[in-house]
Amino acid sequence: MDYKMELTPEQLALLNGEQGETMAKVMKTLVMYGEAFGATKMVPVTSEMGHLVTSFGLKVMTPVYDLMDQLIAAGLKSKQKFSVDPKPVDPKVPSNFIKNFVFNKFMYTKQDSYDEQLRKLGLVGDDAYTCTCYMNEVGNLPKKGDILSWAESSAVVYANSVLGARCNRNSGIIELFGSIAGYVPYFGLVTDEGRKATWIVEVKCKKKPEAQVLGSAIGMKVMEDVPYVKGLTDWIGTELDDDAKAYLKDFGAATASNGAVGLYHIDGLTPEAVEMGESLIADNAQVYVIDDAELERVKNSYPVMWKDKDKAPQLCFIGCPHLSLQQLKEWTDNVVEGLKKNGQKKVSVPTVFTAAPAVCDEFNKTEYAAKLAATGVTLSYICPLMYMNNPVAKKGRVITNSNKLRTYTTSRYYTSEEILDIITKGAK
Amino acid sequence: MKTFKGRPVVPGTVEATALVSHGGFNTLASFQNALQFGDKEAKCGDQNNTDIYEKPMVGTALCLPQTIGSTTGGMVLYCAKVMERSPACMLFSEHIDSLAAAGAILGSVWTDTPMPTIDCLGEEFLNTVKTGDKIKVYEDGTVEIG
Repeated sequence: MDYKMELTPEQLALLNGEQGETMAKVMKTLVMYGEAFGATKMVPVTSEMGHLVTSFGLKVMTPVYDLMDQLIAAGLKSKQKFSVDPKPVDPKVPSNFIKNFVFNKFMYTKQDSYDEQLRKLGLVGDDAYTCTCYMNEVGNLPKKGDILSWAESSAVVYANSVLGARCNRNSGIIELFGSIAGYVPYFGLVTDEGRKATWIVEVKCKKKPEAQVLGSAIGMKVMEDVPYVKGLTDWIGTELDDDAKAYLKDFGAATASNGAVGLYHIDGLTPEAVEMGESLIADNAQVYVIDDAELERVKNSYPVMWKDKDKAPQLCFIGCPHLSLQQLKEWTDNVVEGLKKNGQKKVSVPTVFTAAPAVCDEFNKTEYAAKLAATGVTLSYICPLMYMNNPVAKKGRVITNSNKLRTYTTSRYYTSEEILDIITKGAK
Repeated sequence: MKTFKGRPVVPGTVEATALVSHGGFNTLASFQNALQFGDKEAKCGDQNNTDIYEKPMVGTALCLPQTIGSTTGGMVLYCAKVMERSPACMLFSEHIDSLAAAGAILGSVWTDTPMPTIDCLGEEFLNTVKTGDKIKVYEDGTVEIG
């Protein structure tokens, strides 16, 4: 093949088939992908672990499973163990006969065989299914400066921004190919230049901005560009503690799904902004000022996709991306308090909190587990997005505080405070 | 006849009828139903894309600015290619995005019938081309309308 980038002898050997025809095709795919974005070279993946976006054994993805079989037959494997996005089905999540039939007999019939393929290719463990692989309990925590071959937009933006790792917004399969070859093309967010901010966002709110709405506003404005956010530390502090990390997790997921942000810098808080400050801002950066009125405008612009907007919700999902342990505890306290205040014993809307299996395990060891169970809330490892992304489930009236879930499904967005009010008040 | 020159991401020659999406093309939302329910015409399932919603996509010259949506997009495009539900070619007015690039390149390397993919055709291309126009694509990235 013709290519312009500079390859090392080792990389050339892979491309020329010295490790077999299938590995040569993996490398050719990566080189062509890099060339499309002007990559000048391939650089080694340095993180301890990878992360894949495709977790679902959807029958329709047969060509992907056939491709995986080709990789396995050639003896190829990821050079790093990897985690993967959450599973699409959990028997604990409220369902009905039709949904169960569609999920188990029609849509996800390849789940078991796909799980087996993932194990053969390097899945780190059977509980490694989460979009928040970077939680301490899960343990896929890249170091600052690590080069990653990940996909999953919310995980990529977190790794780039909060952890200071370097990863492009890859598609499914490309991330696996990078992990198998051990190299990724050098372009975009992997480079110093690509990490410079082309937007300055000035947060001038009089109350703490809802993370999911602030992220949505910024995502819709800057799309795939890099924003440098000023004024947010007034509300979330200058220390990357559990609260700040949880806020940035939800904020980032909204920037990535409502726009296509792969990296943001928070002045005085995220690692590169602390280290380099405003030198991260590119010349001629545009400015976006956000106040309370702008956030209200953005929130009011979200379409409601329900057929009957006035009917009561049938299901509530909290945890897209998956909740942290700290968030699970806070939500439990808030639901218990809310029910008490409203004279109720159980939530009035079937409600599911979602978190990584390892986080659920830790939570279940605490006194909070029994408190949450008593409220009627279900704790699950499911991916709410995959649960809803089908013709049967999308007809249901689902509420959520996730702007990612709202964007990709028919669910209706409410702030966390509004959700709490809805689920802890008696049914209408 | 009008001619535009772009950059061949996946070179190839093809003739097809234009299907034009002026907004971002959501790959997962557009193809999910078609792939899931065996729709051989691959009618677009993205109700937010009023330009092409419910219009057949298979065998067309899909003209678009970029793709948007889930990072499964590249994989979905690859599946559409293998399952013979994909457009005949994809013509981007802007620089191709990473998800579409992945799908087009996977289709090029891992199947026997690459889908010609041209990007950087410019804003005027998308302002000029209309759904139903006859399109010719050449190896060097030249695109003829009409």
